[in-house]
Amino acid sequence: MNRIKRARTIQTVAVGITGAAAAFIIAAALFLLVYIVVRGAPAISWEFLTDVPRKQMKEGGILPAIVGTLALTLGTAAFALPIGVAAGIYLSEYAPRGRSTRLIRLAISNMAGVPSIVYGLFGLALFVILLDLGKSILAGALTLACLTLPVIITATEEALRQIPSDLRQASLALGATRWRTIYRIVLPAAAPGIVTGSILGLSRAAGETAPILFTAAVYYKRQMPDSVFADVMVLPYHIFILATQVTGRPDDIIWGTALVLVGGVTAISVAAATWRSIQRRKVRW
Amino acid sequence: MVTAQSHAGKGSFDLHDVSVTYGSETAIAGVSMHIEPNAVTALIGPSGCGKSTLLRCLNRMNDELGNATVGGRILLDGVDVYDKEYDPVELRTKVGQVFQKPNPFPMTIYDNVAYGPRTQGIRKRSDLDALVERSLTRAALWGEVKKDLKKHAFELSGGQQQRVCIARALATEPEVLLMDEPASSLDPISTQQIEDTIAELKEYVTIVIVTHNMQQAARISDKTAFMLRESMEHPAFLVEVGETRTMFTNPGDKRTEAYITGRFG
Repeated sequence: MNRIKRARTIQTVAVGITGAAAAFIIAAALFLLVYIVVRGAPAISWEFLTDVPRKQMKEGGILPAIVGTLALTLGTAAFALPIGVAAGIYLSEYAPRGRSTRLIRLAISNMAGVPSIVYGLFGLALFVILLDLGKSILAGALTLACLTLPVIITATEEALRQIPSDLRQASLALGATRWRTIYRIVLPAAAPGIVTGSILGLSRAAGETAPILFTAAVYYKRQMPDSVFADVMVLPYHIFILATQVTGRPDDIIWGTALVLVGGVTAISVAAATWRSIQRRKVRW
Repeated sequence: MVTAQSHAGKGSFDLHDVSVTYGSETAIAGVSMHIEPNAVTALIGPSGCGKSTLLRCLNRMNDELGNATVGGRILLDGVDVYDKEYDPVELRTKVGQVFQKPNPFPMTIYDNVAYGPRTQGIRKRSDLDALVERSLTRAALWGEVKKDLKKHAFELSGGQQQRVCIARALATEPEVLLMDEPASSLDPISTQQIEDTIAELKEYVTIVIVTHNMQQAARISDKTAFMLRESMEHPAFLVEVGETRTMFTNPGDKRTEAYITGRFG
């Protein structure tokens, strides 16, 4: 009797602890979002979104930074998606079990563990100086792509592994090659997972400052970028500048900029999640 | 227009001393038999006796498992299908397979059936339409789905899904159809329908079917091969192969008799 009572108590405590941890997560996320919205909303206006910064960045808008972040993120996707998805396909579908595959996985987890400021230095050395791309959208996007690759590779591999192997067998048994099986059967079925994982990685990249510090971002620039070799203002760096370098600026423009960044990233994530759940309803195993 | 191919007389297999080794373990050894064209050959035996392994040798699906080595010779209409020059992809267009669990692709019924032909480069809509209709008709599903070809295959019942898979395998116009316990996950009515379908199919293709259900083997097959693995130390082997009627009424080997009368397995 005693033993059962004790087990019950432990059970109640376990539910309490794990539940509290879950509640803490929700509370933290909610607080963060609400706080940014409350502090940032007053700054948001049509002018804020469509004008260049004025009066030593104390007034005007943040359009160049929005455009810069968009350009960098698109550029990152252009490099990281094809390479990341292809590498994920190789690892999940082709790679033989052995030393070389273990080496690839080790390399990927190492890449994921490198601090982002180190990517910044690496990007400066390789893309900006050695390849002579200068401080540019191209150099920044390449640097961010290196940072995002592990996320996309892992997401792709995970998504492909979820696809039942009897679908692959069915396709092979019909006289399809491995590649056709991947391209026509496995990849479409895994697409929702790949897209969600990749967008998660890309939104992380969109908010990074350190990797683009030396490779793409500038303090202030009114002109819109006219080529991939142009340097740009970007939202996260602009937040840093406003917070540390601009004296006498109203606080709400910092939070307004943060709200634009978080809002944009959230909007894309929600869109991806919605698309995924629609796909899920269409395809169930 | 693709004309209905007849493979009458084609699709015979000859196995000479076939063995399969996974890593260091020999799963089956010494299997020699002839598989007749346009007939149903059943592979029976207790679980783990290598029926499915032997079946997968015939379309070289064992190749996909990575560590399986096939020994001996397997001839399809006199041609060694394990020859270095022989492309397994080409073999699989001649030797189709239906799996144990229905495994339609996550796409429409039409696209499922048209997958094989499209893989072979058939693009013309009228050709594909004709192949899809003919294959679904042969799989005895056309009447039920002709109005919903655009329906997602996952919306069908298990038995219907399995017949989509049969139609899908037939659409490449194979000479041989391998079936790995195709009805084992289905209800009795669906099983009955699949069995009826098999009986009609042998007009077009050679059928090799693995089944653990002896009544099923007796009902649908012309030839029966009995396989056995007596202990884990020794590989499985072919006990005997013969006319189904003879095997079930007057088996030549005591072990066959014991298995068929239900004394083990």
